Amino acid sequence: MQKFQVLNSPVVAFPINDIDTDQIIPARFLKRIQKDGFGEFLFSDWRYLEDGSPNPDFILNHPQSQGASILLAGDNFGCGSSREHAPWSLMDWGFRAVLSTSFADIFYNNALKIGLLPVQISPENSRKLFQTFQSSPNTTLTINLPLQEWTVSESLSSHFEIHPFAKQCLLDGIDQLTFLLSFEKKIAEYEVSHGS
Amino acid sequence: MSQPQTLFDKIWERHIVSQQPEFPTVLYIDLHLVHEVTSPQAFSGLSDRGFAVRRPEKTFATMDHAIPTLPRSLPVEDEQAAAQLERLENNCREHGIEVFGMDSDRNGIVHVIGPELGLTQPGQTIVCGDSHTSTHGAFGSLAFGIGTSEVEHVLATQCLLQSKPKSFEVLFEGTLPEGVTAKDMILAFIQKAGVGGGSGYVIEYRGAAIEQLDMESRMTICNMSIEAGARAGIIAPDEKTFSYLKGRPFAPSGEAWDAAVEDWKTLPTDEGAQFDKSFNIDVSTLEPMITFGTNPGMGMPIIGTIPELNHGLPAEKRDSLEKALKYMGLEAGQPLIDKKVDVIFLGSCTNSRMNDLRAAASILKGKRISPEVRMLVVPGSQTIKRQAEEEGLAKIFMDAGAEWRESGCSMCIAMNGDQLKPGQYCISTSNRNFEGRQGQGGRTFLASPLTAAASALTGKVTDVRNIYASG
Repeated sequence: MQKFQVLNSPVVAFPINDIDTDQIIPARFLKRIQKDGFGEFLFSDWRYLEDGSPNPDFILNHPQSQGASILLAGDNFGCGSSREHAPWSLMDWGFRAVLSTSFADIFYNNALKIGLLPVQISPENSRKLFQTFQSSPNTTLTINLPLQEWTVSESLSSHFEIHPFAKQCLLDGIDQLTFLLSFEKKIAEYEVSHGS
Repeated sequence: MSQPQTLFDKIWERHIVSQQPEFPTVLYIDLHLVHEVTSPQAFSGLSDRGFAVRRPEKTFATMDHAIPTLPRSLPVEDEQAAAQLERLENNCREHGIEVFGMDSDRNGIVHVIGPELGLTQPGQTIVCGDSHTSTHGAFGSLAFGIGTSEVEHVLATQCLLQSKPKSFEVLFEGTLPEGVTAKDMILAFIQKAGVGGGSGYVIEYRGAAIEQLDMESRMTICNMSIEAGARAGIIAPDEKTFSYLKGRPFAPSGEAWDAAVEDWKTLPTDEGAQFDKSFNIDVSTLEPMITFGTNPGMGMPIIGTIPELNHGLPAEKRDSLEKALKYMGLEAGQPLIDKKVDVIFLGSCTNSRMNDLRAAASILKGKRISPEVRMLVVPGSQTIKRQAEEEGLAKIFMDAGAEWRESGCSMCIAMNGDQLKPGQYCISTSNRNFEGRQGQGGRTFLASPLTAAASALTGKVTDVRNIYASG
């Protein structure tokens, strides 16, 4: 997993609530057996027109979105399916962080597992951020994971919460499976004591 | 004297391998269910690192999401789906995992066959790379969906890192009126709680109205817990649970059965146990439900009218509703009764079990569906398919003009060619009505099997209670 320390980037401001995993990555793309290449299908049904050409009205296709690695989304981001293909497609497109007032549980956990940082923001800050990025699209946002802070300017900045363990994994680029495997002895003990 | 515990507390505690304040809990997983869509990259990850599956005998696989529901003798035409199915077959063979493949008479939707085979048992921790894993909570197990990375974790270690969710008590009291089913109960709850209302919680469904439900209805309720954002949904095991499981292929038997039942009887929530939040619903006030929008929370009684845009809704809810109605081609303030529909889908891990088919068949018996609709009936498993054929239900559906299919997820997720054309309206007994869920541009109305069957007769959104009234 790629390490995450400090990220400064333009922001794709997408003011839609309840963006579900079927929109992030429609089911027909889940038949692939590879882990990479899902960025092409991100928001596919909104992003492309019927003839397959890019929808000029969709924000990801706007020039100022190119190179952005932060997504600012509406409430309840990532609701629906457990498909990890959803954070895969976001990361493959180029995002490394998503800001929202709330995340669906499974999406939140899946994102952390692969190094996509979900940052929970207050409703008030959500409104201010959308106002800022919609009026000045070239503004950038900095996320400082060690300090657990995001900043646009002196007057627009906040602390964010993250479980210390998830934070450490991101900072060090550690895959959680390595950590789990270190419990081999305890797992074996559990199995013996539970007649497994 | 120890603190009174909830059912959830008890299961959680029993499965702790390691608990330290600075890390999530290491939780042991009793049963790992696998299907073809969320497992390939997990198995590849495992082989890349040279690991074996730790407990293949606790791992069971099925093929359900992308398989065609056409006759099994036909080849799978979709090359990607065929490759994915073959990959699962190979992975299972390599690791010694039992797989109920397309030619197995035990094949079916993962959350249908788990209980059917007696794999799902009270007090267990059960995971699967699928959000409707919450279904198994109907048996008093802690069952939840996981992503592909976590599938890999469980394959390698039989454990997961989990922070303990909070607990949410949902009390259903009263007596269900005629024509109102478990599907309507859960749609009503999601409408009231919202699609994020259960986020961060494990819901325990309790109360007289839950105790009255049979196991299949309890599965319908727990299945849709995820649509309220909950981590899992759970119902205490009781005599109905034990009776359902007794004699099933993977259930304990003989002395082991007796010992298991004694243990299971200790699981229900203790008197005086505390929940982090609580919600009450009187089911006697419920009516058949239908969704009108593009998430399962956008629902209403079938005889209701779609909410007005300016009725005190906060700005962002108004925007969401407006967007949903635009996609659905509906107007605020409009009723849905008598709305013409194009397709009826009876299937999915929510409602494709025997009682769902029996309920629909009771409405369709001796009648013909409207010539203006296409109806697909997809049994949840091969076992259900056989039983429905023996009971004459399949004949009722076919005589009525519906298509009787092989088992699979089918039009719930529309990965296998069973899908809506753009703009088509479908009354579906499945669990999600997101934009494009059942096919790009497809428009889903979620409802119960009774509502689906009643509407199939008329070709329009229909209140099943009118069918009862007219006899």
